[in-house]
Amino acid sequence: MKLFEYEAKNILVKYGIPTPQGGLATSASQALEVATKLKPPFAVKAQVLVAGRGKAGGILFANSIPGVEKAAEKLLGTQIRGIPVNSVWIEERVQVKKELYFGITTDRFNQSYVAIASAVGGMEIEEIAQKSPEKVIKFLIDPQHGFHSFHARQIARKMGYSGNPLSELGRIFERLYCVGMDYDAELIEMNPLVETVNGRFVAADARMIIDDNALFRHQEYRKKLLEGEGELTQQEIEAIKNDLAYVKLDGNIGVIGNGAGLVMATLDTIRYYGGKPANFLDVGGGAPAEKVATALKIVLSDQKVKALFINILGGITRCDEVARGILEAKAKVGVTKPMVIRLVGTNEEEGKRILTEAGMHVLESMEEAAQRVVEISRHGGK
Amino acid sequence: MGIIIDKNTRAIVQGITGTQGTFHTKLMLEYGTKIVAGVTPGKGGTAIHGVQVYDTVEEAQGKHSANASIIFVPAPFAADAALEALENGIKTIVIITEHISIKDAVSVMTYAKQINATIIGPNTPGIITPGESKLGIMPAHIFKSGSIGIVSRSGTLTYEIAGGLTRKNLGQSTCLGLGGDPITGLNFIDALKMFEKDAQTKAVVLIGEIGGNLEELAAEYVAKEKHPKPVAAFIAGRSAPPGKRMGHAGAIVMGKAGTAESKIEAFRKAGIKVAEKPNDVVKLVSI
Repeated sequence: MKLFEYEAKNILVKYGIPTPQGGLATSASQALEVATKLKPPFAVKAQVLVAGRGKAGGILFANSIPGVEKAAEKLLGTQIRGIPVNSVWIEERVQVKKELYFGITTDRFNQSYVAIASAVGGMEIEEIAQKSPEKVIKFLIDPQHGFHSFHARQIARKMGYSGNPLSELGRIFERLYCVGMDYDAELIEMNPLVETVNGRFVAADARMIIDDNALFRHQEYRKKLLEGEGELTQQEIEAIKNDLAYVKLDGNIGVIGNGAGLVMATLDTIRYYGGKPANFLDVGGGAPAEKVATALKIVLSDQKVKALFINILGGITRCDEVARGILEAKAKVGVTKPMVIRLVGTNEEEGKRILTEAGMHVLESMEEAAQRVVEISRHGGK
Repeated sequence: MGIIIDKNTRAIVQGITGTQGTFHTKLMLEYGTKIVAGVTPGKGGTAIHGVQVYDTVEEAQGKHSANASIIFVPAPFAADAALEALENGIKTIVIITEHISIKDAVSVMTYAKQINATIIGPNTPGIITPGESKLGIMPAHIFKSGSIGIVSRSGTLTYEIAGGLTRKNLGQSTCLGLGGDPITGLNFIDALKMFEKDAQTKAVVLIGEIGGNLEELAAEYVAKEKHPKPVAAFIAGRSAPPGKRMGHAGAIVMGKAGTAESKIEAFRKAGIKVAEKPNDVVKLVSI
């Protein structure tokens, strides 16, 4: 779950990490009210979960309180990279001497966490790594020993700091690690972490992703996620509630399958034959009738969908159950779109019989089925 | 032969009294896997399909000395179950459970590394050495004993590809599911090393997907170590948009990292043939 900048910053503050003074507003008048409690100049920042927000015009600066109101008015209700701006964060603009980067993420190969720091910040870390790889400092964290003050100071030293700044930076790094662990962060970063003209360090922007599989330990955020406060669409939330995985894409072929890898491969195969998938939907193992019905409803709520491709490879998933689910959903939702079904595996014959008797076409190979659905999507099912 | 498990493997099932645990214990027994005991806290003294159930692994071990465990315990308790097995001397553990948190997975892997144990998964269909033993939930009928080793991050995609190979009479030595999570026990390099030593294995199929860099590291390994057996691959997720998790917790392109293109390119540079579509793998290993 991606947290908004203001949510992440509120957490950092609790852990004693300096961030610019600021407040949240959902209207221009509220923004004005927030600004009266702050010192100019100001930054007004759209709270949207998209990468490259600054470049896309999501951050405006103002020198006066009326300027803040104007900036908020401009941002609220617009869209940044297709995402509507529902709130803005107004903060005191920091006077930058230098922009740094510090973050903690997972290291798959070493099955652990890794701290990444750079004396160059303000752009995506991959970009920093590409432009000045010598500036990127990586420190693999031993999960048994954790990340201690001295580790943090070693990193600050490598970034070229000494004296008081070294100690202060070290404290900030160590605290960020604590935030990361306490909140089950899959990724947490301060970018930029600003060294101000008067020698202080301030997290000017913060990004944090909580491990979805750890949300049971963070009910407050789980609730927010399911109430639609984050980046998820209604369909995605509906999917999560029903233990399905759904991702909307921009094509016109609706896809349902079982198993993440198989569904990804199905999308790729559709593309290989020149078609455009409308979504990713994994019904998972088991896939009982009711779940398949919900899956169909979610996929068909996308108006762009012209044809459906259902690709089920029965392992533990039973084909007869899937077949009944398809019929049940077809009746319930009133599916009128053409459907291509590929069904193999456990109780395959029974599944095929059920669907064939209902007048549907069932194919055995994924490639054939993909070709068929691409053709239908082009010619409108005629 | 094959890797990690064989007909002499003696396994316990943790979470044996749950729906999945019970169902798959039956299927594993039918396949010939030696399931020597089950563990569910609070259900000790009962039996499932003739398998004695204990409250603790300690007790089960005292009576049956198993050398493997398969875990069906729900996510919030799965790490605890894995640590319990490790601490009681079990050195091969298959974690079927999906949705285990990263922090929990890290703690299990850290301990396993320390005592040199093998963890398969989490979020894996398990492992099968056709004709000998299966510690997993895969439908057994699609596999056939033979000389191709398969290592994969995805369950059903493995069934798709293994099924295709079997239809062309290309049997498998061992099919190993690494798991769809970001933090897993074994990785592609571990599997390549094991298949290299296994006399039965004549060729290896790697099934990867977007997210992370384990495929790239495997490619590097194959090129550098001049892996002696032919390797073919398939990568799922060419059409996945960045920043979106595609079903598996580990299947996500972050910024520009973990794309299918990067993995395919790395494989091709290492001389590994990459299939365009899942079933093209058959052609690549038949040559």
